[in-house]
Amino acid sequence: MNTIGWPNFRSLNQEGIVFAIAVVLFVAAAIGLPGFVDPNNLVAIVRSVSVLGILALGMAVVIIGRGIDLSAVAIMAMSVAWYLQLLNSGMPDGLAFAYVLAGVLAIGLLNGFLVAYADVPAIFVTLATGSFVFGYVRSQLITQDAVPVPQGHWVELLGGLRFLDIPIEVFIFVGLAFLFFLFLRYTKWGRYIYFAGDNPVAARNIGIPVRPMLMLRYVLSAFVALIAGLLTAASLHSINTRIVNSTLLYDIVLVAVIGGIGLSGGRGGVRNVLVGAALIGILLNAMTIIDIPLLYQNLIKAAILLGAIIVDGIINPRDEQTAQQGDI
Amino acid sequence: MSFRERLQSWRYNLVPDHVVGEILTKRWTDNAIPFLALVVTLATFGSIIPGFFKLTALQESTRQLGEFSMVVTGMTVVMLGGGIDLSVGSIFALSCFSAVYVFFILEQSIWLALAASVATGLVFGAINGYLVGYLRLRAFLTTLVTFIFGRALFDILVTTYAADVQLSTATSDVLDFIGDSTFWGLSVSVWLAIILAIVTHIALTRSRPGWHVLAVGGSRRSAHNAGIRVRRTVFMTYVFSGFCASIGGFLIACRLSGAGPGTGLNLEIMALTAAVVGGVSLGGGRGSVIKGLMGAIIVLTMTNGLIRMGYGTGTNQMVLGIMLAVAVTIDIRWLKNRHKVLNEVYVAPVYLKMGKTQSAAPGSGTSYELDNRLSAADHIGLGELEGPEDVILDRDDNLYCGTRHGEIVRFFAPDYVKSEVFAHIGGFPLGLAFDKSGNLISCVGAMGLYSVSPDREVKRLSAETSRSWTSIVDDARLRDPNDCDIAPDGRIYFTDSTKRYDAHDWALDSIENRATGRLLVYDPKDGSTRTLLDGYRYTNGVCMAHDGKSLFFAESWACRVHRYWLEGPKAGTAECVIRDMPGYPDNINRASDGNYWMAWLGMRTPSFDLSLRHPDMRKRMTRRLPQDEWLFPNINTGGVVKFTEKGGIVEAMGDLSGGAHPMVTSMREHKGYLFVGGILNNRIGRYKVAGADPNWTSPASYWGAKS
Repeated sequence: MNTIGWPNFRSLNQEGIVFAIAVVLFVAAAIGLPGFVDPNNLVAIVRSVSVLGILALGMAVVIIGRGIDLSAVAIMAMSVAWYLQLLNSGMPDGLAFAYVLAGVLAIGLLNGFLVAYADVPAIFVTLATGSFVFGYVRSQLITQDAVPVPQGHWVELLGGLRFLDIPIEVFIFVGLAFLFFLFLRYTKWGRYIYFAGDNPVAARNIGIPVRPMLMLRYVLSAFVALIAGLLTAASLHSINTRIVNSTLLYDIVLVAVIGGIGLSGGRGGVRNVLVGAALIGILLNAMTIIDIPLLYQNLIKAAILLGAIIVDGIINPRDEQTAQQGDI
Repeated sequence: MSFRERLQSWRYNLVPDHVVGEILTKRWTDNAIPFLALVVTLATFGSIIPGFFKLTALQESTRQLGEFSMVVTGMTVVMLGGGIDLSVGSIFALSCFSAVYVFFILEQSIWLALAASVATGLVFGAINGYLVGYLRLRAFLTTLVTFIFGRALFDILVTTYAADVQLSTATSDVLDFIGDSTFWGLSVSVWLAIILAIVTHIALTRSRPGWHVLAVGGSRRSAHNAGIRVRRTVFMTYVFSGFCASIGGFLIACRLSGAGPGTGLNLEIMALTAAVVGGVSLGGGRGSVIKGLMGAIIVLTMTNGLIRMGYGTGTNQMVLGIMLAVAVTIDIRWLKNRHKVLNEVYVAPVYLKMGKTQSAAPGSGTSYELDNRLSAADHIGLGELEGPEDVILDRDDNLYCGTRHGEIVRFFAPDYVKSEVFAHIGGFPLGLAFDKSGNLISCVGAMGLYSVSPDREVKRLSAETSRSWTSIVDDARLRDPNDCDIAPDGRIYFTDSTKRYDAHDWALDSIENRATGRLLVYDPKDGSTRTLLDGYRYTNGVCMAHDGKSLFFAESWACRVHRYWLEGPKAGTAECVIRDMPGYPDNINRASDGNYWMAWLGMRTPSFDLSLRHPDMRKRMTRRLPQDEWLFPNINTGGVVKFTEKGGIVEAMGDLSGGAHPMVTSMREHKGYLFVGGILNNRIGRYKVAGADPNWTSPASYWGAKS
């Protein structure tokens, strides 16, 4: 073992590399970009990634269990849009929220049921339900693309809440991240998710209730999306449903994958989400400061995601003999 | 017959339950669901929307269909190869832009624009193919990312050049022709889509690269192990998909004379839905271009129809989401459960009340009374043989039998110790007969009627008869040819026991008890095979009467023997000569005293006879119990019965010990000995028959003394 000289690159995992890149980027931006290290800007960075990070937490739990949830953004935007629409039409808050909760629960259960019990690949189920949720809510339940938050509603007040000059959503992100950390690391069900993601058949054979837990993960992801949607509406005072057609969904996958959560399941944790979110936050902020147009930002993000997936494919290669048939 | 039984017999004998199972065995049932969906969709929207089927409206919507179905064709090929291509929308848009850029901004010829378009598609497809095929990344996510990448690129290009395109004055007759003209009532894009579909279909079904795609999609691992270049094949499917999308993009560039932010939007989920709704299987290997096209028409009709009916933003996505979820779920459940459903519904028992029979128990005093004589038989080939269903001897006293291993074995006279493989057939040889010139004719289970010449040349005589119009299963194929015999004029009469089960599933046929056995004749003069009689419960042994003017054949599950007349006033008709035997008859052969030997493969039991009157119970039994616990004919006791030409029973002998010949499927008399075979036995028995003519041989009886 060479203890002196070059670090042993093989011991570096993806998380470490990404963290190093994030630090380098941060230092470079701090030196090269005026106003980057300004406390307000740093808060803005954290704030900009907190909604993304919350969504990525839900996505991470699903991915660790060897799934994926492409309906997250649709659920996030459309559930809140429906909620605000109900409020604007004069429905009592409690009843409206109960409706929305029930709807979110139903979609999560539907996702989970189709994946767990009908054996449909998660990617197709969630693609379809995402499209359905957007289409159904947009065409049947709301009247326009953007729905404003009613005056004086608690969602609006939430957006204005600050603690130590830091917006409340940052604390919510941190709190949720800590809760997810405890859940994944220290609870029995959290550990089971890793088992089920690493080898679903073996997990089932030792008696883990793999399929009910799978449904639970999609329900969890749907509720996380609802929270993220409420926070988005809080900070913008409205929700724009066009966000569903934006690249936000791929940003979420990007945060999870680039942080080192393997798409083949069973690997990763909350720390990976934080690292991924840090890199993406710094990157987006830097690009905005340099004044790169949004369209080019999308191009750059897509290129990074492509690179991340290629690296993921090289680090976790699929074997010709053991790859699952139809595992696309 | 009680009222309950009468109801059961009506219910199970008149309602054609078996049709359901037979339809499910057909490959085209896979196509039936999407086709039905297509018809329903067209009918619904055609009736709701006024003028839906008007020529002008059709021309406009088919133009869009041409572009769309090309993209779907590409997607179908990728999916058949086990992948998925979500970037088709981006490729489509970028190719469209390439054509627009070359034609309107560079003001080059339309053909150069086409070349640029195709090149864009091929390059993009090659990138996808390289990532998914060679780097083996996950197809779904990878193409999703290249989709975002391509879309971002397209958005940048369109916003940059939109104004320039507007200002361009380039025109071309060719462009207008491609974009707006019709040709025999159909637009150019539809013609191109049809040509592309036909070429792709032929390539997939009739060329080596196409088969490779299907093989890789069907089982990637097996294809890899078989030496197919899996990675290159996958790569090529993406390149092809890119090509298809680029042609579609070129066509829309011609039609709209420009590219906008909406070009190719949502195309990937539409194409994916179309392919899946059409019945192209996720994970590959199953599907066809035609299915993809059916799906394309369904999806486009739905989305366009909803827009024309005035539903608002988002309706399309909602409907696409529902269609995709439902179609994927159905596809996966169908694939997974089809054979289970088939197993559940295929066995459709019928009601039968067996006639009262005489006992065959020792000491019962009936003519069927079994004794223990066969247990004293000498054994031939003990332990060497597996499954000598039929035995036969030639003029030189050599002994032949078929074996489970697909061979005909010859034991040499006089002691039958030495043996050799006389001929290798490949299937299980059952009934045997010698023709006039010494060829050994054999019914081979599940294969057909074969002939082995004295110098061991194996020749197939017949494997099919004429198809009947009303049968759903292919009854032209011989499923279970069982025994044969040869008339003096050389025609070979043989039985095909069942149309619904393969030979090894004979127990299921007995449980179902449906009358589908046939008597057939093969004419060596013109090589034709005809069906003579149909609708018997497991036709089995055949034996030509001594005078050659009629033949006897056994109907196993009904425990009957029939006589079929070849000549005389009753020619062409059959009559039952023995009914309600206590055993299930198998092969029949001539005896030296002018009578006939008949083998019993098993004995009737009161319990199974009773179950035949309870078809519902038998159906439940096959569904719910493991095969070991099924009630089916007792084959632990059999015997040999001698009967007269009029159907009278002369004697019966058996092996009550069960040690040597518990089940007998054939016996052949030769020079005073009876040679006994059994399909589940491990030997041939030789038993000296008291009072038999010591010089009588079967070949001489059939074809006269040696010339």
